[in-house]
Amino acid sequence: MRVTLYAPDIAREAYPGQFVHIFMPPEHRDHMLPRPFSIFGTNRHTGELAVLFEIVGRGTALLAGTDPGSSWRLLGPLGRGFPVLQPGSLLVAGGMGIAPLAFLAASTTIPRTLIYGARTADQLVCPRENLELPGLTVYEVTDDGSRGEKGTAVDLFSRLVEGAGAVFACGPRPMLAAVRSISNRAGIEAWISVEERMACGIGACLGCVVPADGGYKQVCRDGPVFRAGEVIIDE
Amino acid sequence: MNETKEQPQNEPELKINLGGIILNSPILAASGPLGYGHEYRELINFDPFGGIIVKGISLEPWSGNPPPRLAETASGMLNAVGLQNPGLVQFMEKDLPLLRDAGPKLIVNIIGCTPDQYTGVASRLDRAGGIDGLEINISCPNIKAGGMAFGTDPRSTYRVVSAVRRKTKLPLLVKLSPNVTDISIIARAAEEGGADAISLINTLSGMLIDIDQKKPLLGNTFGGLSGPAIMPVALRMVWQVAGEVKIPILGMGGINSADDALQFIMAGARAVALGTGLFYNPGLAESIKTGLVKYMRKNNINTLGQIEGIAR
Repeated sequence: MRVTLYAPDIAREAYPGQFVHIFMPPEHRDHMLPRPFSIFGTNRHTGELAVLFEIVGRGTALLAGTDPGSSWRLLGPLGRGFPVLQPGSLLVAGGMGIAPLAFLAASTTIPRTLIYGARTADQLVCPRENLELPGLTVYEVTDDGSRGEKGTAVDLFSRLVEGAGAVFACGPRPMLAAVRSISNRAGIEAWISVEERMACGIGACLGCVVPADGGYKQVCRDGPVFRAGEVIIDE
Repeated sequence: MNETKEQPQNEPELKINLGGIILNSPILAASGPLGYGHEYRELINFDPFGGIIVKGISLEPWSGNPPPRLAETASGMLNAVGLQNPGLVQFMEKDLPLLRDAGPKLIVNIIGCTPDQYTGVASRLDRAGGIDGLEINISCPNIKAGGMAFGTDPRSTYRVVSAVRRKTKLPLLVKLSPNVTDISIIARAAEEGGADAISLINTLSGMLIDIDQKKPLLGNTFGGLSGPAIMPVALRMVWQVAGEVKIPILGMGGINSADDALQFIMAGARAVALGTGLFYNPGLAESIKTGLVKYMRKNNINTLGQIEGIAR
């Protein structure tokens, strides 16, 4: 699902890797938490902001079923996103992890490579036109080979990591753990975007944390993008 | 039609006295959701709050529980943050100076594993200045040692409360756990120990299981249930405790509207605190305040004292 929202203030400021907190409509607001969504893209001229998601629960079902023209309360842009891309960057997206990486890929025209993997072809939900970008090379990979190469994003990543300028990844935890350790072995700087359940979204409630040396980091405020060495991701 | 001269109506008075703390509004922020207040200050207007109760502070920093710490439930949420906090020294140096001029009265929630740890925090905060009251947390369900253990036994409750009482002249609230057989016994022990007010309720202990992982969903296995799901339980406990103690009650648990707040006041609460509702709607205090004033005007109520415990 892709939903485009008119939010000029957020669209103007947001950069790749940041997220928005979407509050539930009034009839649900008294018993449902706001939901964090990675920003999929912005258009500063039209003031539009897009989010890309799959329906996984009540919040995403409500957003998917919304009527065009309806109003939603948003808070953002939130969190710390990706640094600026350098030539030869390697982007690794697993499943819905494509959302922030498509935004990152679209932020420049320098040569860069995207590995986009999922279990099956129908889980490669990002519209093709969003990845048809000057200077961007895209490798698709699916577990069952129904689109692109047969295998996993990590398989492909192991093959392409040599010589990469830097690594930027978002996807399931096991994928992030593998990307983290492979990049570390190759001596290449890696940035990973971490997902966690959130409540406040602004760093107050300490509900969303990821283990780090000597304690925890807050995903909503210290992240969601971390230098791979900053956090501990269990394999 | 003849001109009818309307009776000049006084603006309803929302000011209350909560155990010696004079609050301009009976609406407080419960300990936890707002953290130490800094982030929310940039987001919402603090004026509708009579007081802010900041997240639990211990003598030393606590790292908290492993993630996941949160899960949404039917009309509520489970959390097992585990009282992560920067410790007393950092709180006094970094957080307190920024909170002193926030507007609402400042109440600091204090936590510990032993009575000495509670009194250590209390005596330092007593001298800190700019703090209007302390709330002793003897009820957090999310840590294995201490916390709730003190709040489930009347003798331990008395021991901790009286020990803290000797160390501070600040108004003292005691926050009770609902995870007990009879909350009124604990409330009486807190009153006898020298509490100036009772806060209730803390979260209800609960859990969820992730059926794909076949494991407990929360990193801590158990967490505390909050939100509208627990409101009737909280209301019942406020009702029970109000019949047992003479000190005022700060009612909380799933309050999400002015109607909810009025029910707590009519059950015997002097004031109410908001928690999970602030996640749903950061502007909740404002709308509750507006709703309270509207209700008071409509029913010719000048002060909240006129309806405190009126349903009893």
